Amino acid sequence: MNAATLRHVRYVATQNPVTLAAFLMFSVLVLLALAGPWIAPYDPLASDTANALNPPSVRNWFGTDALGRDILSRIMVAARLDFGIAVSAVAVSFAIGATLGSLAGFFGGWADRIIARIADTIMAFPLFVLAMGIVAALGNTVANIVLATAIINLPFYIRVSRAEVNVRRNAGYVEAARLAGNSDLRVLALHVFPNVLPPMMVQISLNMGWAILNAAGLSFIGLGVRPPQAEWGIMVAEGATYIISGEWWVALFPGAVLMLAVFTFNLLGDGLRDVMDPRMRT
Amino acid sequence: MIGLVLKRLAGALPNVIGVVIVTFLLTRALPGDPAAYFAGPSATTEAIQQIRASLGLDKSLAQQFALYLRDLAKGDLGNSLSTGQPVLTEIRQRLPASLELTLCGLVLALSVAVPLGILAATRPGSWIDHLCRLLATAGVSLPTFFTGLLLAYVFYFLLGVAPSPLGRIDVAFSPPPAVTGLYLVDSLLARDAALFRATAGQLALPAATLGLFVMAPLMRMTRASMLGVLSSEFIRTARASGLPRMKVLYAYAFRNALLPVVTTLGMVFSFLLGSNVLVEKVFAWPGIGSYVIEALVASDYAPVQGFVLTMALLYVALNLAIDVLYGFIDPRVGIEG
Repeated sequence: MNAATLRHVRYVATQNPVTLAAFLMFSVLVLLALAGPWIAPYDPLASDTANALNPPSVRNWFGTDALGRDILSRIMVAARLDFGIAVSAVAVSFAIGATLGSLAGFFGGWADRIIARIADTIMAFPLFVLAMGIVAALGNTVANIVLATAIINLPFYIRVSRAEVNVRRNAGYVEAARLAGNSDLRVLALHVFPNVLPPMMVQISLNMGWAILNAAGLSFIGLGVRPPQAEWGIMVAEGATYIISGEWWVALFPGAVLMLAVFTFNLLGDGLRDVMDPRMRT
Repeated sequence: MIGLVLKRLAGALPNVIGVVIVTFLLTRALPGDPAAYFAGPSATTEAIQQIRASLGLDKSLAQQFALYLRDLAKGDLGNSLSTGQPVLTEIRQRLPASLELTLCGLVLALSVAVPLGILAATRPGSWIDHLCRLLATAGVSLPTFFTGLLLAYVFYFLLGVAPSPLGRIDVAFSPPPAVTGLYLVDSLLARDAALFRATAGQLALPAATLGLFVMAPLMRMTRASMLGVLSSEFIRTARASGLPRMKVLYAYAFRNALLPVVTTLGMVFSFLLGSNVLVEKVFAWPGIGSYVIEALVASDYAPVQGFVLTMALLYVALNLAIDVLYGFIDPRVGIEG
């Protein structure tokens, strides 16, 4: 990371205190995802039926669940899985979507029409419903959760990159690069694409929160992650039965952390967008 | 106007075709051998062959697609393995419950989001504006299943003001005679005020859960488009001509600001139909969402595919309706094409 990038990061953070707070929360979440298993106070899978459904206490800060497992430890360990799903889904989506969208926007013609049609077809489904259908059809595994989340995010990347490449394809510097003898693909990859990255980064940040929400939603209804593995969505599902009888902590803490994670990404995305493109501020 | 509607219909056709192709491909992508799956674990090789032939799985993909289209045209979505009922019948029975919930959620969201958005737009930079912005971001960050549980805990367990969050209707009541399938409307038609109140009570929490989730995009869009319109020249002229503030705001500005809000309704419906499934699970709501979750748990694929297809077609139809509505609100759309 060079000095200019650092300066830019500082500028983004200090422009808006909310963005700074979001960035700090983001760092905590990343730390949890990286080091969760080592800093968790208890084994997330060790059940202790003598201490089942204990309310929050000094020993178990977030209480224990129906099998006596420490909820705080489970939340910390689950961060890696939830983040892993979201990051890989967004990465797959970005790689495929940006490639297809850039090609469509740069070359136009029949490839453009086919790619736009693919994006439209995906968008013709209520997206969460499509994700459910994909996981149900391909098999109930974590890899398929990632794939389904990637597919439903695809249209957003295709559309953003297509539009952004399209407005730049006849810009002066592109003409200059062409005249200098660069091939079309080289112009697209080295001259146009780097300029498209900033709006794509905003999209990535906004999508991350949504990807976490989708993955947690899918495991809440019993797709993908299997018990006893710790995952925020499944932990809320396990706590759901106890909430009506008053054992609120089983569902509340994982749900609150999930919400906080999504909130962080949304704030971060908004902050990035404000800095990159003040006109888009809503 | 009829020309416009027809044009929109033709525009929606590729989407319908795309949806049908994708659902067909999802059917064929079943894990393992569908014939062996449908035959059950103890089936002989001949039995599997027979089922493969009866399902048309021994034919080419194009032929299978033709068969699939023929079944669809007849309204045959297959049978549910766990109940043995045709999927179409079961979906039709359960759809009104889901529709009632979704529509109430939308109405709730609109009735909160639009006034708040206008309020924020008329006072940009004020604390109301900042509060709205925070609320909007928090709203899209809430996992619907979690909000639902939270509301149930607070209003049922702690405060005791909401009825038990299980199902569409309290056990003390019997459902109203079915006319539309929407209990709110049916209980009104039956002139049963107590039943109407009970139904509304059951509906309040799940509808609020859905509404909270989609409130955010609606509020943001209302605010943004109101801000845009309020700074335009015709508003300045209207103000300079001394028209009353309310008249400028609602008769002139709001009507023009409505267009982008109507456009976002498409995205909002996508959210609504998706999170509907989660909310139905939380509140044991007997709609098609809980139906599909039961089927998923039992690895019963025909209902899942029927559900995906129904939801997608419903969504295409809703988008079509939004397009047509757009034409009514903004007459310019029809002229320009």
